[in-house]
Amino acid sequence: MSSKRTVQFKIYRYDPDKDDKPYMQDISVELEESDKKLLDALVRLKAKDDTLSFRRSCREGVCGSDAMNINGKNGLACLTAIDELAQPITIRPLPGLPVVRDVIVDMTQFFKQYHSIKPYLINNDPAPERERLQTPEDREELNGLYECILCACCSTSCPSFWWNPDKFVGPAGLLAAYRFLADTRDQATSERLDNLEDPYRLFRCHSIMNCVDVCPKGLNPTKAIGKIKDMMVRRAV
Amino acid sequence: MKVAKHTFDAVIVGAGGAGLRAALQLSEAGMKTAVLTKVFPTRSHTVAAQGGVAASLGNSTEDNWHWHMYDTVKGSDWLGDQDAIEFMVKKANEVVVELEHYGMPFDRTDNGKIYQRPFGGHSQNYGQTPVSRSCAAADRTGHAMLHALYQRNVRANTQFFVEWMAMDLIRNAEGDVLGVTAMEMETGEVSIFHAKATIFATGGAGRIYYSSTNAFINTGDGVGMAARAGIPLEDMEFWQFHPTGVAGAGVLITEGVRGEGGILRNSSGERFMERYAPNLKDLASRDVVSRSMVTEINEGRGCGSDKDHVLLDITHLSPETINKRLPGIREISIQFAGVDPIKAPIPVVPTCHYQMGGIPTNYKGQVVVPKDGNSNVPVAGFYAAGECACASVHGANRLGTNSLLDLLVFGKAAGETVVNDFKSGQLTLRPLPENAADVSLARIARLESQTNGEDVHEVRLAMQRTMQKHAGVFRFADSLKEGVTRILEVAERAKTTQIKDKSKVWNTARTEALELDNLIEVAKATMISAEARKESRGAHVRDDAIDCAETPNGRDDKNWLKHTLWYSEGNRLDYKPVNLQPLSPEVEPIALAKRTY
Repeated sequence: MSSKRTVQFKIYRYDPDKDDKPYMQDISVELEESDKKLLDALVRLKAKDDTLSFRRSCREGVCGSDAMNINGKNGLACLTAIDELAQPITIRPLPGLPVVRDVIVDMTQFFKQYHSIKPYLINNDPAPERERLQTPEDREELNGLYECILCACCSTSCPSFWWNPDKFVGPAGLLAAYRFLADTRDQATSERLDNLEDPYRLFRCHSIMNCVDVCPKGLNPTKAIGKIKDMMVRRAV
Repeated sequence: MKVAKHTFDAVIVGAGGAGLRAALQLSEAGMKTAVLTKVFPTRSHTVAAQGGVAASLGNSTEDNWHWHMYDTVKGSDWLGDQDAIEFMVKKANEVVVELEHYGMPFDRTDNGKIYQRPFGGHSQNYGQTPVSRSCAAADRTGHAMLHALYQRNVRANTQFFVEWMAMDLIRNAEGDVLGVTAMEMETGEVSIFHAKATIFATGGAGRIYYSSTNAFINTGDGVGMAARAGIPLEDMEFWQFHPTGVAGAGVLITEGVRGEGGILRNSSGERFMERYAPNLKDLASRDVVSRSMVTEINEGRGCGSDKDHVLLDITHLSPETINKRLPGIREISIQFAGVDPIKAPIPVVPTCHYQMGGIPTNYKGQVVVPKDGNSNVPVAGFYAAGECACASVHGANRLGTNSLLDLLVFGKAAGETVVNDFKSGQLTLRPLPENAADVSLARIARLESQTNGEDVHEVRLAMQRTMQKHAGVFRFADSLKEGVTRILEVAERAKTTQIKDKSKVWNTARTEALELDNLIEVAKATMISAEARKESRGAHVRDDAIDCAETPNGRDDKNWLKHTLWYSEGNRLDYKPVNLQPLSPEVEPIALAKRTY
């Protein structure tokens, strides 16, 4: 790898304060050898043109801030290797959510759905003095569920969520729902299933599996949704 | 510019671990509370903590809070206040068990209890053998904790102002704190949050250094705001360099890797920590391990073509253990170091990680300042917790896993103090001065109209390079002196930064310019406090401090067993005594001793 290299970008730009409509900006930036991830390149671009707006924080794939659409696929800029991307690298905001500015989207609807599944442990027994016990095997049921970083890559790649963001909980919210259904310490199973018993909230998932394809943490919302559907069937018979 | 005014019982700035823990107390007590946060709560930097939270639950090995207290005081190199330390270690079990009840997915022992692993500087029986004290959720403890705390706040209906950046602290002529000004990032509008109580939980400022494990958002906003408003900053010369940042990338590799059996090796494959810390070896305190690593590198035993790092080796652990206990580390290592730690060791280097100093508080979370001959007089209406605060429990060097404990214990304590003061009617809504938002509006107006100024990123880079060069792992008297001159020059440049972006909507250039104002306060405080402290203690180690019987390891208790207080105005320094007396009369103070591991 040469120490300096130039990377070509095509970036979605929109500032409602001055632009009538969004446009795609062609721009290139020279990188240092230490620049490995897409986020490094975007930070360099911003040093060149400070009007480019995007969210970012931890730069290690755990805060979920810098989700965007990269060459047509949702992902985190901080975990995407620049050298593996075809140029010009096309950057767009996450699809299906209102754009506020550049690649910053309004995530209100996404979080509303997350909140709708009561994303907290419900256990109405008096709290014991020490921890509630849980076997290592029962704890392992939460692996692949609790690690979600709420980046919204999954929900905003889901056609069912694009069509019904107000009615379909979406893969991120349903993954969180199953995280609590699968927790042996949670007592609200039937209340949680009632909350999803609806033609849209759960059953709009048609197992397209875009969510699995894009999840930067390697999680599998479709599988979790399948398990919720199984629980629905089991309690019906 | 029109300035809207919001009135609340309390305003909390920051929604990481400390802010969310404090918010729970207030929400559950029914106080009308606003939580301001510049990122969505689960994006706060607590999310990146990996290895665990300390509590002497004794689930795997025998343990008690006395041992934890000893380790913490010794880790602090006796600069920690022993009343606050006793308070913290005694509360540890309670706040960790609470989190378990909130749903935090801790790993489990075979008998179903919270899993605990060894960590640096934590020991059994007053320094004798490593103890399993770190309560962990794999190597994602911070993520599991932050999400559980956010979720509990959803249940408690806490009112968040997401993507609002606090700008300035509002004080009246008496110095009472009346709230903050804040900018809504989506609209650029400035508002006043007028409150009976203001709690700062804004985290650290690790971004003052060029190489840092910290997130972009760790810009010391609360610390900078407090300093500009005349509050002194305590012990800012003490910065923790975490031994294991990924070489080149800076991303954190948890000490839990060494807790699970990882070993540091130099270019000849030697386990060099055996020479520096014969007892705890790789699990010695972080300052000790970082200095040992830098010594190895300086003496030519570093690894790689530039001999500029050492190796963290876990290839002797089973792939099952790595995948179960350290899955996130494996992911980070592959992503940022290009090595799979199952097969090859990870290149690591000490990297700026944690701010031991901060806004001075007592163990109740009240901000305290010197007044009329008393060193610790509470500022009416002002509280702080977590990394932005200095209670002081970490003193000159923090032990791993004590930061998550700190933010839980003191987040809760600050919340409880506010709730108690609110219920007893001690908190009042004091009238706002007429010009309460003027300072903030002037800062924005300057950025609007500034010409012939420098780019924010250039000034920030100059600051980071200066801090890295002059206030690193080892410090040198001459270099510190020069560092003071240089950082004051950078501070001058920061006054005329210029941005091209003039939009009102999500103007991140403006946000970064405002953040730089906060970083600069922290950088000045650090350099000036470090230059003045003529001894070695904990993370602050100078070339001109001599290791002898009178000053063990260069620590000069006769002249320097005291907290630094730096005032922004005039860069004035003051000092106050360390509290060597524990909270309870029946608890023996931990007597001063030479620190070895």
